[in-house]
Amino acid sequence: MKGRRVAWWFVGPALAVIGVFFVLPVVAALALSVTDFDIYALADLSNLRFVGWRNYTRLLETPLFWQAFGNTAYFVVAGVPLSLAVSLGAALLLHSRLARWKGFYRTALFAPVVTTLVAVAVIWRYLFNTRYGFLNYALGFAGIDPIDWLGDPHWAMPAIIVFAVWKSFGYNMVILLAGLQSIPEDLYDAARIDGASYFERFVHVTLPMLSPLFTLVTIITVAGYFQLFAEPYVMTQGGPLQSTVSVLYFMYEEGFKWWSLGSASAVAFLLFAFILGITFVPMRMARRAGPA
Amino acid sequence: MAVGVSLSAAVGRQGLRVAAMTGRLPALLILLVALLAGCHAPSRDTVVRFWAMGREGEVVTELIPEFERTHPGVRVVVQQLPWSAAHEKLLTAFAGDATPDVCQLGNTWIPEFAAMRALEPLDGRVAASPSIAVTDYFGGIWDTNVVDGALLGVPWYVDTRLLFYRRDLLLHAGFDAPPRSWDEWTRMLAAVKATAGPGRFAIALPANEVEPLLALALQQDDPLLRDDGRWGNFRSAGFRRALAYYAGMFRQGFAPPMANAEVSNIWNEFGRGYFSFYVSGPWNIGEFKRRLPADLQPSWMTAPLPGPDGPGASIAGGASLVVFRASRHKDAAWQLVEYLSRPDVQRRFHALTGDLPPRRSAWTGGSLADDVHARAFRDQLERVKPAPKVPEWERIATEIRLVAERIAHGEIGVDEAAAELDRRADRLLEKRRWLLSRDGSS
Repeated sequence: MKGRRVAWWFVGPALAVIGVFFVLPVVAALALSVTDFDIYALADLSNLRFVGWRNYTRLLETPLFWQAFGNTAYFVVAGVPLSLAVSLGAALLLHSRLARWKGFYRTALFAPVVTTLVAVAVIWRYLFNTRYGFLNYALGFAGIDPIDWLGDPHWAMPAIIVFAVWKSFGYNMVILLAGLQSIPEDLYDAARIDGASYFERFVHVTLPMLSPLFTLVTIITVAGYFQLFAEPYVMTQGGPLQSTVSVLYFMYEEGFKWWSLGSASAVAFLLFAFILGITFVPMRMARRAGPA
Repeated sequence: MAVGVSLSAAVGRQGLRVAAMTGRLPALLILLVALLAGCHAPSRDTVVRFWAMGREGEVVTELIPEFERTHPGVRVVVQQLPWSAAHEKLLTAFAGDATPDVCQLGNTWIPEFAAMRALEPLDGRVAASPSIAVTDYFGGIWDTNVVDGALLGVPWYVDTRLLFYRRDLLLHAGFDAPPRSWDEWTRMLAAVKATAGPGRFAIALPANEVEPLLALALQQDDPLLRDDGRWGNFRSAGFRRALAYYAGMFRQGFAPPMANAEVSNIWNEFGRGYFSFYVSGPWNIGEFKRRLPADLQPSWMTAPLPGPDGPGASIAGGASLVVFRASRHKDAAWQLVEYLSRPDVQRRFHALTGDLPPRRSAWTGGSLADDVHARAFRDQLERVKPAPKVPEWERIATEIRLVAERIAHGEIGVDEAAAELDRRADRLLEKRRWLLSRDGSS
């Protein structure tokens, strides 16, 4: 009994911090999401009304919300596999016995992760520039006409995806590299004795051994990519033609451009519910694959 | 400073005992404390915090030294905000009780800040002011600053939309003067389109600009909102007439349906004759002068916006100077507003920015009086109307833009668009209706 009380003393500070800085804001946001907090309420709290689920039902009827949702889904569906493939590819290259200067490349490939997003976004804006950008210059050698990367509604999202993948693949690469290094060499030796080719060893040894880690990385990446915000905020401001408005960007505009904090909180909870639902899929798949 | 010195001396004495082994520490401490004391020494100057946006924020600093010279004891700190972030920064400042003393505010934002009771009413100060004469200001522009009978800002510069056109191409189509009415305009658009050749158009109406349609709608007698801004009035005959005229420019092929992104360089295209008419604002006078080649310079001109029958109204846009209610230096803040409103200062401001002054007296003399391209603006400014003065207007205008874009692409018809706009506006105005009925009944 006494031990339990002492234990509370130890976890108390941490719980207090979590309570004040995490639980309380979440509860407050949930409370906000069932009110119509707006500039009128900002001026005078007596202008605040309880509206129940109306913020949520209205959002589901708002075309721009669905467009933002579609844009975000596009970003996730195209960006996550690309990001994972690049991460895995880079990890394999770094893990290869033939690779030289591993330390240098590991640092170089990880560098984008730790750079400031706003600073590199400025550089990427130059790379994407229609007339003077390096990307169009390079495409020119392949005989491809200049693309208005950030000004064309069809190309803006691909440009954002390229930028986001470049910015984030290093993180997953390091995790996957650690996973690769922890696979015992004996497994490869045994497979080689059995006559397995490089590709067969990759499919039947590397991938199964990496799969728990891969699941983790997938979940983190999916959850992270759904929260797309800073890239369009810095590069395109949601344009052109709202083609890069993500759910979070929409929430930001609702909340801080129009100051409809009630509606913005509802967006946050819808996104939270959706991410929770979607990340269940890989977890389920992993669990089913696990015991087999 | 006296406080600082005695304090640092005290710390110095304390420090001597503690820092016997380091020796240099007390000296450092004295220096540090003296510096800190220097920073916090109460200055007798009144500091006026002035927030200004974009280009205006950059150049207004050149006007401040003279103000500080003529108003000893007042110091102005100019904070520049980018336009894209200004609105949210101001709202955040209001939420955090950190509003500036004076601010440049887009005049469509005034109703919103009025609803928050963030702005100081200026009626009394203007009445007592020797230099600000209400009758000297363009009526429509002044009106944008009056919300529910209270004056909340003084116009700083104006913005309205009218016609930029290619004289040579219009002459080629058989007309030697710009249109004055919608009927004339339609005839000219058709003639220009017919003589321009395939792949060329008569007018450019970029999809991300709501202002041309809004100007046409303001020319009508029907207000855009009805019942004191409780409901949208977009199904009114007037708005539908404006919408039909706007839609007709696309249906008849006068205007290419496009986003601004697709015509990345509107000035080049204007110069190449891709279109002959363009509805735009005063900043484009400078842009066209700078960007069009010298041989084309005599070929372009500005003209007041044609109306349903004869010269029509346009939008009363622009920015005002406001004093925040929470300011602790309202008198000094008002002196700054008065100074920036002086006709001679406004002429200098025009020379620096190209912004058009809101006072008639500022238009006489100086470079503005001789500017042939500004003449149409001078004329148009006598016929400008404010957009509805409700806090929700910016959001409603965004919806108008989105619906207008669908019209341009031929996705919906005029009646359908009007009904859709009413539906969206009524939803945005729901809170306003509730507030008005509550405050009206109590």
